[in-house]
Amino acid sequence: MTVPCQVAVIGVGQTAYRSRHDDKTYAELVQQAVVLALDDAGLHPDEIDAVVFSMAQTTFMGVADADKWAVDHAWARGKPFMRVNSGGATGGSALHAAHDHVASGQYSTVLVVGADRITETPDAQFVLNLIWDPLYEQQVALNTVTMTALGAQRYMHKYGTTEQQYARVVVRGRRHAMNNPSAHLKGLIDVDAVMASPRISWPHKLFDICPRSAGAAAVVLTRGDLARERCARPAFINGVSGVSNTVFMGDRMGPFAQTDFAEFGELPLAAAECYRQAGITDPMREVQIAEIYDAFSSFHFPQLESLGFCARGNAQFLSDDGAFDMDGQVAVNPSGGTLCAHPIGVTGLVRVAEAARQVMQRAGAMQVPGVRNALATAAGGSSQFFTVTMLGDEPRRRAPSA
Amino acid sequence: MSTADSTTPATAPRTVRDEWLIHYEYPIGEVAARFFDALKQRRIVATHCSASGMTYLPPRAYCERSFERCDSTVDAGLEGTIEAATIVSAAFENLPPPPYAIAYVRLDGVSTAMVNFVHGIDLSDVPAAAQRLRPGTRVRVAFVDQPQGRVTDFHYLLA
Repeated sequence: MTVPCQVAVIGVGQTAYRSRHDDKTYAELVQQAVVLALDDAGLHPDEIDAVVFSMAQTTFMGVADADKWAVDHAWARGKPFMRVNSGGATGGSALHAAHDHVASGQYSTVLVVGADRITETPDAQFVLNLIWDPLYEQQVALNTVTMTALGAQRYMHKYGTTEQQYARVVVRGRRHAMNNPSAHLKGLIDVDAVMASPRISWPHKLFDICPRSAGAAAVVLTRGDLARERCARPAFINGVSGVSNTVFMGDRMGPFAQTDFAEFGELPLAAAECYRQAGITDPMREVQIAEIYDAFSSFHFPQLESLGFCARGNAQFLSDDGAFDMDGQVAVNPSGGTLCAHPIGVTGLVRVAEAARQVMQRAGAMQVPGVRNALATAAGGSSQFFTVTMLGDEPRRRAPSA
Repeated sequence: MSTADSTTPATAPRTVRDEWLIHYEYPIGEVAARFFDALKQRRIVATHCSASGMTYLPPRAYCERSFERCDSTVDAGLEGTIEAATIVSAAFENLPPPPYAIAYVRLDGVSTAMVNFVHGIDLSDVPAAAQRLRPGTRVRVAFVDQPQGRVTDFHYLLA
């Protein structure tokens, strides 16, 4: 396979993430992120060749397929426009589609943008129950809280994880978010505060669970050669990979399963391909920051292990020892992560935007020194869609494996 | 005539109330119809693929391993093993009032696990209940008195 064009991020835009943005319509919220991203990239809307729209379920905000509403606001009139949806992984998948637009040579400069508003309806978990089939699983109280609780209970049994170990993840995330002006939740809390928060679904307590956020994000991608002209320090997209699995979680448990639901067993496949493209062989030594999709505190350990930062069962102990702190072996979620802001349809894009800002040295108080490789992930559906993206300070991307 | 700067904040932000009420009628297909008909007879019927040896619940038309059609049905055992469980303490809109427990259980003779409610367990001490529902725990299937051909016709009880 021929080597694709190198692609780089040259601008990002994000609104604040909070419960509501009642001063704007959904489409106006999208526009705010577009304005910010184009300004960050130093581009005029005419310089965007195509727009990819990052939007998951529209049932949260109540306008069916609201991407059509946002076409003008994304200044996409007269240009190719496509919506991408893979549930919680949407932002990662949208970024990959935009990357491929440019890497293929079809377009030079592409905007990825989206917005979400989760509190327009009073209970997001009612909407999320509807992602399962109406025959077998919807009637048995599945939603994303119970889904991930089931995985966490299984993981705890397998590796002896404690509720306190999950609580330490929350404490770290909220502390990191103190440096992020866009974060929805932030603050210095302790393990006791997490443990004292109301029980929701074992082992999840309220603080183990992301907030329902409103907000918008946008990322501008361009060809590597143009990136050098337009940006002092572009974030090159050196690896993109995704993987999917059956909606049925019960297929991913027990002696006949090919991957274990509790371990995010599909993710290593995506990580291996992403790392191969990016030339990463030892992520703990070569990756300086990881923006991982952590809608629940329980997402950290299986995800970091699946991404190759450590062996199965070890992430909880490394977490306890501070290995994932800002000054640890790899800074995990300097932004505070999904636990501190979750506008679902763009959350995966936010991970990429934050990773890119680290490489571009534009992360403000969140900045980790000397970032050469930054990792971003997303997860969606019934923990069945995963995307892995590697950004770097130099173009290092190799051709995808055939 | 006075004019207002477009950047002047409006009066209080306003919202519009709305609701969706949409009716659906889902065809369930032949494979599911066999499963739900069998529930009325207090049987749980899985599909089996002779090419891969996999036996599926919920039942499938095709096997994901062999890409061949599941070519027979088998009655699942009415006992099985918990693979994952949770105890729900919070109320969610349109879902049952808490507390309740759900578990993925791999019924005997079946390759995959199927989720349903677990009844008959004291949920007042959540960590203790979670321990009683740990993976590997044996359970049995119990049917409601008058099965209607719905997945809630059965639930799990500790064996």
